[in-house]
Amino acid sequence: MLDLMAGFVQELRKAGIPVSLTENLDAMEAVQHIPIEDREAFKFALAATMVKNAAHWKAFETVFEVYFSYRGHQYLLTEGGDEEAEVDLLVQELEEMARQHREGGGLEDLTPEELAKLVEEAILNADDAMMRALSRVAVMRFAGMEPGRPVGGTYYLYRTLRGLKMNDVVDRLMEDVRQQRSGNLTSLEERLEREEFEFRADQLRKEIEAEIRRRLVADRGVDAMAKTLRKPLPEDVDFMHASREEMGQLRHALAPLTRKLAVRLARKRRHGRKGPLDFRNTVRHSLSYGGVPAEPKFRYPRPAKPEIFVVADISGSVAAFARFTLQLVYAISNQFSKVRAFVFIDGVDEVTRLFEGEEDINRAVNRVNTEADVIWVDGHSDYGHAFESFWERYGKEIGPKTTVLLLGDARNNYHASQSWVVKEIANRGRHVYWLNPEPGSYWNTGDSIIGEYAAHCDGVYECRNLRQLEKFVEILE
Amino acid sequence: MPRFDSVPAVRERLHDVNYLADEGIAGVVYLADRLQKPILVEGPAGTGKTQLAKSIAEITGARLIRLQCYEGLDESKALFEWNYKKQLLRIQAERNSVDWREVEDDIFSEEFLLTRPLLEAIRAEDPVVLLIDEVDRVEVETEALLLEILSDYQVSIPELGTIVATQIPLVFLTSNNTRELSEALKRRCLYLHVDYPDLEREKEIVLTKVEGVSENLADQIARIVRSIRSLDLKKAPSVSETLDWARTLVLLGIDSIDEKLATETLHILLKYQSDIQKAQKELSVDGARS
Repeated sequence: MLDLMAGFVQELRKAGIPVSLTENLDAMEAVQHIPIEDREAFKFALAATMVKNAAHWKAFETVFEVYFSYRGHQYLLTEGGDEEAEVDLLVQELEEMARQHREGGGLEDLTPEELAKLVEEAILNADDAMMRALSRVAVMRFAGMEPGRPVGGTYYLYRTLRGLKMNDVVDRLMEDVRQQRSGNLTSLEERLEREEFEFRADQLRKEIEAEIRRRLVADRGVDAMAKTLRKPLPEDVDFMHASREEMGQLRHALAPLTRKLAVRLARKRRHGRKGPLDFRNTVRHSLSYGGVPAEPKFRYPRPAKPEIFVVADISGSVAAFARFTLQLVYAISNQFSKVRAFVFIDGVDEVTRLFEGEEDINRAVNRVNTEADVIWVDGHSDYGHAFESFWERYGKEIGPKTTVLLLGDARNNYHASQSWVVKEIANRGRHVYWLNPEPGSYWNTGDSIIGEYAAHCDGVYECRNLRQLEKFVEILE
Repeated sequence: MPRFDSVPAVRERLHDVNYLADEGIAGVVYLADRLQKPILVEGPAGTGKTQLAKSIAEITGARLIRLQCYEGLDESKALFEWNYKKQLLRIQAERNSVDWREVEDDIFSEEFLLTRPLLEAIRAEDPVVLLIDEVDRVEVETEALLLEILSDYQVSIPELGTIVATQIPLVFLTSNNTRELSEALKRRCLYLHVDYPDLEREKEIVLTKVEGVSENLADQIARIVRSIRSLDLKKAPSVSETLDWARTLVLLGIDSIDEKLATETLHILLKYQSDIQKAQKELSVDGARS
């Protein structure tokens, strides 16, 4: 057990989840209080002591599944007795059925149609045990797993799902329901039914995935599987290569961060500098000391509200990042009253108005992409020209209270850099920061001229994932 | 002395006071009791985080001491404060009689100490549950105030010395996750993420909490709420809003929801105009599409 736990913690750390020594000890103590047969409770006990961030839950679950869910006595955890027995029984029943169907046949003789029919029924009746039994049979039947074959789990998953005709099972079920009710389905009912089916079909899919994983673990061993299944944590996902699902997660994680960023950028220096004595306030407070002004009060200078200018590159080379930056800009402008947003490719345009009063972030981003007038000649990045026209049109509006945030990869297609603009901005404004979505090692290679601009910025930061963005926010302090 | 015998026992007893805990919640509460560690409960607003602490207090027969956090919370509001006015009076009353050392010893005694929630929880003789609500609202620096209590169940007062807890209270910290809490705080706590309940549990919650609701209606309510939560909204409906909705429907004497009714009463579930519009559109159009 000790070895198993040690390996488990190692793997969690490799997956990026920070598990401290004390937390490890806590977990060790916790499992002593939990009956080891209860898998769910065991899982939650480990999670409660070692995973302190809801976003890490998924990664934890994967590692847990790999380490603890596969059957075998060398791993002390037994599966929850009754349920498992029931599933085993069902598998046997299926075999029996197949045998009756065709003399002397086994499971292999069930036609795919029959299996698909069974799946439909299981989904319709929300029969969990049956779904698990079917997933086991289906994997045996369709996945065609061979020991030692170096293909990923997704390949087997795809084959199994295709075998069961899972892609349109919801549609078929909906068709059935419609016929049963002879078309008397209101759209609300229809929507609810469909969602229910989709939910169950999804469960079946997960069940199949788990089954495949169990088999793979048995074949290749725990460590190898843990390694192949390792995925970056949400805060480490690269903006440039984020999948759609990950993008959604990022957006949710972004909200608290922008609030923090907004606070930092707007930080009012209230503490430390004292103004003149506030006579009224002092007298008022002296009353609690019997009229002795023991606690002098001062007027604090009220710093003016800061302004923020965000200037973002939205050209193709940073397309994925641009979408993210626009979301960032949108989030910032919701926090702040005085944010102005500009986008550029080789021309520059102000898009503040597109964000104002727009409730839906996706619509706002779409409007920026369609309405902003950012193409001057050919639609290839030209930082030099964009900056020049930015300075001509908006430069006068930059004042000593303005913080300018530049977002882009500084790949200039070998145009002139016009870095004097950044210098002028730095001179006029309060701060200039540059966030670059490229890895630091690519900077100043090829047509990247980040160095020329960096000379005039207060700071240039690599910003490819949430962790780095968070670090930037910390640095601002 | 442990308060609970087993995980299912926690669940049952919580069920008795109408709090439907899932496996995770009951398990973590049980562990917290055994390991004598605080629980950090995180999750979206309105999923019953605070209620959990209240229910636990109820079933263990403990007094609930609550510290509501806010920006600018400090030592004198959370831990303890000297009663300055009383101290001043004391000094004035003894102005020229006794010698100063005696007065000094006297004014820094327990008599002049105002206990605030954290100290009160530590000093309590009777069983207590300490609830530190919305801990994510205080600044990172203020979090440090809590650390001593959370790990050692003690409070150090410079003039008095260290006060150690007579009995270990169950401690709950809740957070809406508006900011990342510090590592130091997290390390000292067990972590529990409470999310929106799944369909079955939500239905059960509606059935237990709302009087006169039929099985059929509860099922429909839970399904529609799940459907709405799957949309991309500014603020998804919380459990408490689901309950409000269910109560309204029961009051209106409705036992089956149709589309029109659903869209008309959406404003109970959703609090932003844009969300309501979006959900209205989805509920009426999307179904027809397929």
